[in-house]
Order: sequence, then structure tokens, then C-alpha cells
Amino acid sequence: MMTSIDLPFTKRTLGNGLDVIVHEDHHVPIVAVNIWYHVGSKNERPGRTGFAHLFEHLMFEGSEHHNKGFFPPLQQAGASLNGSTNTDRTNYWEVVPTSAVDRALWMESDRMGYLLPAVTRERFETQRDVVLNERRQNYENRPYGMAIMAITSALYPPDHPYSWMTIGSAEDIRAMQLEDVQAFFRTYYHPANASLVLAGDIETPRAFDLAEQYFGDLQPGTRPLPVVATASLAREQRLVLQDRVELPRIYIAWLSPAMFAPDDAELDLVADLLANGKTSRLYKTLVYDRRIALDVSAHQHSRELGSFFLLAATAAPGHSLADIYAEIDTELDRLSATGPSDSEMERALAQAEAQFMYRLQTVGGFGGKSDQLNAYNVLLGDPGFFAADLDRYRLATHASVRSAAARYLRREARVVLSVIPRDQPALALTASDKVSVS
Amino acid sequence: MSGVDRSRLPEVGPDPAFTFPEIVRHTLPNGLQVRTVEHTSIPLITIVLQVEGGSGADTADKEGLAAIVADMVDEGTGALSAIDVSDAMARIGGDYDVDVSPDVTVFSLTTLTRFAARGASLLSDMTTRPSMRETDFVRVRQLRLDRLKQLKDLPPAVAERAFLRLMYAQHPYGHVPIGSDDALRRISLDDASALHAASFRPSRATLVITGALPHQELLAVANGAFGEWTNDGRVSHPEVQRASAIEPSEVAPPRLAIVAREGAAQSELRIGHLSARRNTPDYPPLLVMNALLGGQFVSRINLKLREEKAYTYGARTGFDWRRGLSPFVLQASVHTASTANAIADAIGEIEGLRGSRPPTAEELVLAKTSLTRGYPRNFETAQQVARSIAQLALYDLPDTYFAEFVPKVNAVGEDDVTRVAERYLAPEKMTTLIVGDHSAIADSLSTLGLGTPSVLPPEL
Repeated sequence: MMTSIDLPFTKRTLGNGLDVIVHEDHHVPIVAVNIWYHVGSKNERPGRTGFAHLFEHLMFEGSEHHNKGFFPPLQQAGASLNGSTNTDRTNYWEVVPTSAVDRALWMESDRMGYLLPAVTRERFETQRDVVLNERRQNYENRPYGMAIMAITSALYPPDHPYSWMTIGSAEDIRAMQLEDVQAFFRTYYHPANASLVLAGDIETPRAFDLAEQYFGDLQPGTRPLPVVATASLAREQRLVLQDRVELPRIYIAWLSPAMFAPDDAELDLVADLLANGKTSRLYKTLVYDRRIALDVSAHQHSRELGSFFLLAATAAPGHSLADIYAEIDTELDRLSATGPSDSEMERALAQAEAQFMYRLQTVGGFGGKSDQLNAYNVLLGDPGFFAADLDRYRLATHASVRSAAARYLRREARVVLSVIPRDQPALALTASDKVSVS
Repeated sequence: MSGVDRSRLPEVGPDPAFTFPEIVRHTLPNGLQVRTVEHTSIPLITIVLQVEGGSGADTADKEGLAAIVADMVDEGTGALSAIDVSDAMARIGGDYDVDVSPDVTVFSLTTLTRFAARGASLLSDMTTRPSMRETDFVRVRQLRLDRLKQLKDLPPAVAERAFLRLMYAQHPYGHVPIGSDDALRRISLDDASALHAASFRPSRATLVITGALPHQELLAVANGAFGEWTNDGRVSHPEVQRASAIEPSEVAPPRLAIVAREGAAQSELRIGHLSARRNTPDYPPLLVMNALLGGQFVSRINLKLREEKAYTYGARTGFDWRRGLSPFVLQASVHTASTANAIADAIGEIEGLRGSRPPTAEELVLAKTSLTRGYPRNFETAQQVARSIAQLALYDLPDTYFAEFVPKVNAVGEDDVTRVAERYLAPEKMTTLIVGDHSAIADSLSTLGLGTPSVLPPEL
């Protein structure tokens, strides 16, 4: 039995190019305000990595007509709020009581239109230091925290913007200048490069009126040109990274199709059937039956310019990465040769349907309905893609999943990273090149 | 209609009306307390089984036992192996979760409404009749031992472990649920089976079902799955330890302690002391006090440590609530070079609130409205609602609690905040724990006036 699942909406584009999308849900008297700017670390250049994210911090420090912190008037209104930056986009959101929608829109529109007069050298330098602390806390001072940096810089050529992390290099962050802020704002932060969603306890006509009222007279800008970058791998590259860890971990990464491209959904399903839950193939082999690994994970990291598929497993004490590596290859060969079983496909479909239903539970926040509408709108130009997105999974077949695994998860085009304790170099896979990241 | 007055912020309108979920209580013939709530926004159902006895039920030599029992619950039941259980869960798209907290263990399952009966029945089989096989036990225990090893690399985990020990010493609240290497090695399958038999009984559990069905159907789901649960296989059960009934030691912990982590890029900090119980009538003023001191982004401590001094990505305070005396704690991860300054500033803010800088009227309004105006968003999903109601059962709070929350917070005045800050915060007694580069910060710590640090082993 298939449940009908959908995410209805209305979309209009203001005269200055701002997309406005409205979704009504009156169960709780709250409204989600969600804005995406189509800019992320993919728009940076070498030597200035981390800028998009630092800029996101400055968006919370005040704008011309509210020239102080962004948080107090909204927290006082009962809002929860946040923002985030990834390779492809920067998002900002508030979830406010219905009574505070005007205030949230006033604040968001003020920083979209009038940020620069409020950006002072002092605020800039403080946030630069806050970001350096964020980097220490979430990457440098965390076990395996630098692994992804080593992987992405091996997957992509140095001029490809996915070769660096969104957090950026510490050296680049320290070198950033206040002057860079202005050009960045003018290029990327304007109505034609943004998309606004209002979701929740609000009538559609009123939502559009408010959007026009607060954002309608902001200056239009020129939509930036799409970033073009390509990457390819022609061999297996083995790397080793020494870290402050107790147990070695192996990462295997492949380049894979971009978000929403053919085989992207299939690789999501491959990730699930390899490593999601005790029934998954690698969990069952590595952790449950042979007990040579503590954990195993697989994920298709879907991105706009191209994705990567990442497998990771931590060795159980006394067991070698080589053993895990061999077992993973055996399983990948089997999957590429014979594909998933009917039972695995049924299970995957049941999980996909439930996951899409779970995605309809909240109007706001990261991953809520407003965030999803913006994702579809910004990345595909179609906020109505929710049902079609689920269909990508419903329409996947035994054959399409098998061929995606065979085509993309190849031994001869991948990056294999061993992360090992500092004093035990022998724990790495043989013939691995030492890398250091900072 | 374009154009907007940018000379001032729009006012916030009157609070929208919100009806809190109606909780209906039932008692099954076997004594199981059931609470049902109709939550109709999406065809989903959440089932929460809350069982008395979390990590606080662990005896001193078996720390980690309650968490192992919780882990064994999805390791097979009846004819189903651990793999079969995982498969059955996946086939209903189930979102299964277990949380071992100091006073209770909470099992939660969310699934599509059409799988309500199947999901409830699976959860019942797992929790009330786990297979408890030796091979699964050995694997589960080994995974936990290995996990403990990994946690040694994770500064927040090291800090949490050490801080609880400093706060509670050998009291049953003094350990993290995963326990210690020594204790885990002492635990046997018999221990796990015995704790399960003693603890998992209808009279010691509360079942909350929230979903897109009428109360009577939700009750029928509960009855169908849990109605036969008797656990009368044993005549008598050993008493399960109740941590909240045991008073913590009066011996004061050291003022300053450090777990050395040479070369660490940051210092992980915990600053606090035992303070209040969750069911104190002073709960609303304590919430308001915490909100303005360190409980939200615009609190004094975060604004000072992050936005003014840039010592950290973020600092916050809060109560680690439990039934018994609970810690008030500040946590932050700060740049190694700023460690001593961050500690001094953090303690300075707590002292300030109790002394020279009582809350201003503006701060008080901000703290209160942030709590009250945002309150309804805690009732958006079936899972949020079910977990909130389980909390009412945990702390023995009335079903009218949600409706009374906003008026009670609104009634908090400046003098209440000052009074509870005076009564429940004692900066001169707080313990500061640092997980960080000892040799790099040793000299600067001596300026704090907290004495010589106790150096703790990482596996404390």
C-alpha cells in the first residue's frame, strides 16, 4: 500500500528576483522563515577558503537599521534561529510564534538589503576568532576530525572548490580582510540569488503581502554565473593520516553523480544496504559476524557539482585495516555482480517512504519543510519536487541499484585513507602515502 | 504596498492561542500506566516506554549494567535474532531509539500509523521478553568496551565522565551510563537478566502513545501489545537501587581539576556544583535565571566569552536535571591560550549576577518571553509530545503542567531571580574541570586563586 505523501506550496517571484514560497500548516501557531542564498564554499577561491562561512557569522552581528546583535529581538519574540553554510548554499532560519512574523521578516530583509554599514573591523575580527575556535573545536580537537579534509583534497584537484572544506584553512581565515566582505556581499547577497520560504500558521495571501512589503524594495542584483568544475580519478590512491586516536579507521571514497542526477538515489540505497542497521551487509559481516570492526558507515554525500560516496569502518582492537578492506571489497564485488535481493529492495523502499513522511513533521529548522522547499527551489528551480524526489527511490530497481554500485564504486578509482594512532605507523594499509592536514 | 518603516522594529503581537495536548490516563489490568494523546497532523505514531531505573540503578561495582540491559533489548526476542529484530524494524520504517538517563530508561519507536499495532507489538516483545543470549551479550559488552576506548579521544566525553565523578563521587549518579572498563568486565549475562527481571515490570513502567488515532484506538494498541505483560515468572524481585533516594556525600570536591591532554588545541571546560532537584517549586525562576545567565545565545556568559572576547565558539550553562540533587554546570570549549581568562570571566559573570549586576528589567523580559513565546513549538511532532509526557511521569508532574508553564514563568520577578541565584548558585564553591594541555596552561591557572589543580586520570 502506498501512502500519498506531498508537500504543497505556492511560489511567486518578486520584481527584484526574490523567489517566495509559501506552505500552510496550522497545527501549531508558529511560522518558519527560511532563506537560502545560493552561495557556499564552492564560490570561494584558493587562498580565501572559509570565507562564505565567516560571512555567515557576520550576518548575525547587525545590519544598518538594527545595528547590534541579530539574536536578542528574535529570542525575545520566542524565536529559535540559526544558520549554516555548506559547499553549495548558505541558509538562515527562524521559527517564530505567528505573532512575530513581521519582526522576523524585518530582520531578515534588513540584513539582505543593508548589511554592510554595520560590518565594522572589530566585529569582523571577533568573528574571525570565533570561527578559528569553531574550527579547533569541531575539527582539530576531535578524533578523526581532519580525515574529511585529507579525503576531499585527494578526491578533487586543488583548484576544484570541493577540494577544501567549508570551514576553510586556518591560514586563510587568519588572512581574511574586512575589504573582502563588501565584494562578497554585493555578488552573492541580494534578492536574485536568494529564496524565501514562509511555512506554517499563515495564510498564503498574507504571506505574499508581507514578503512584498519587507523585501519588495530591496535592490536587485545580478545572479552569479554557475560554478563549473570537474574532477576524475584514474587509480586507487592510498593515504595515511596520523591522529590522536586509539583505534585505526579506514575511509574509502569515490566520486559519484551530483545531487538529483541519475544514480544519486541508487547510491543512497546502496549506502543503506551496505551499512544502515544490523541487517545491512557490512554491519552484519564486519561488526556482527566477524567482529573485526566496531562500526561501519556509508553515505552518499550529495552535492550540486558532483557527489562523493564515503565508506568508513573503525577496526576492533587487535584487528587490521587490511582485513576490513578486503572484506569490504568482497562485499562490493558481490553487490556489483548480483545486486540487492528482492527482500533488501522491499526493506529499502519501506524505509524511504517512512523517511519522507518523517520529513513532513516540522515546518522549520534544519531539514524542516521550509528548508526542503528551499533546497528543491534553489538546486532544481522546482519547489514541488518532493513527490518526485520520493519517486526516485520508488522507481529504483534491482538492476539500477546493481549497476550504480558497479559503475561508481570501482577499485581502480578511489581514495583509501587510513587514520591511525600517532605512534603506530604499521597499522596503515601498505603502500599508503603520508599526508598531513592542518 | 511596498515600503517599510525601518526606524523601528515591528512589535510582537499578542500570543496566539494554543491548546496543549489532552492527556488521557489509563491503567491496564496488569497495572501498566498508559497515557494517550491524539496528535493528528501526520499519519505517524510514537510509542514511548519509560522504565524505572536508569544508570542510577547501577551498583558501584557494576557501573554500566543498566545500559547493557537497554542494549540487549534489540538483540533478539522469541524466535527473532538480533538481525531479525533490526529487519522487522526496518520493514515498518521504524525510528527506534533508547536513552539511558540517570533515573529511567526510555524506549521510543515512531512509525507510520498503519503499522501501529505491528510496531507496538515488536516494541513489547523486545522490551518485555528479550532473548538475553550469551553470544549477543558478549558482543554487546565488547562493543561497549571498545567504545569506551574511543571515548578517551573525545574531550567532551572525557569531561562529562570526570565532572560527574567530581560532583557525586561514589554516589550512583556519579558515573556516565556506559560505565567503566573494570565494571563492564565484571558484568555477566546473569547480572543483565536479573536487572531486567527486577526492573522491567508493568508496575515500574509508563507507556505513552501519541498519534493520529482516537484515544480508544491508541489504548487498544497499548492493550494489544502490552496487556499480557505480567513478568510473574519470579516470585520476588530484588530491590532496584533508586539513586534519588540516596543523599550525595557532603564532602566538597576540589575547586580545580584537570585531565591532561598534551597538545590539545582547546580546553574543554566544566564549571559547576550540585544545585537543585527538578521538582523544586523554584523551577520556573531557575529556568529564567539560567536563560539570562547562560542558557541561550544572548545570555551574559555567551555574549562575554564568544561575542566580546572570542575565547570560544560558544558557552552555555544549564541544569543536568534528575530526580535527586542535580548539577548546575557551565560548559565551553575554549582556545588553549585563553583558558584562565575564560574561567575567570565565566565565574565573574556568575558572581556578578549574585552581586553587583542583578538582572535588569530588560534582561528579565527577554529571558521570560524567550521561554514563554517559544513554548508551543515544543509540541509540533508526535515524538516531542510523547517525550514531554514521559517527563511528566518521570518527575511526577501534573497533566496540567504544560498549560501552567507560561503563567508560572510570567509570574517570575526580578527578586525571584536574585533569590534563586543567591540560594542555588555558589561560585565560591564551584568546581572547575579542564580537559586540556596542562603544561601550556599551568602557569596561568595559578592566577585564578582556585588552588593547585587535582590532576585526574582520563579514565576516572
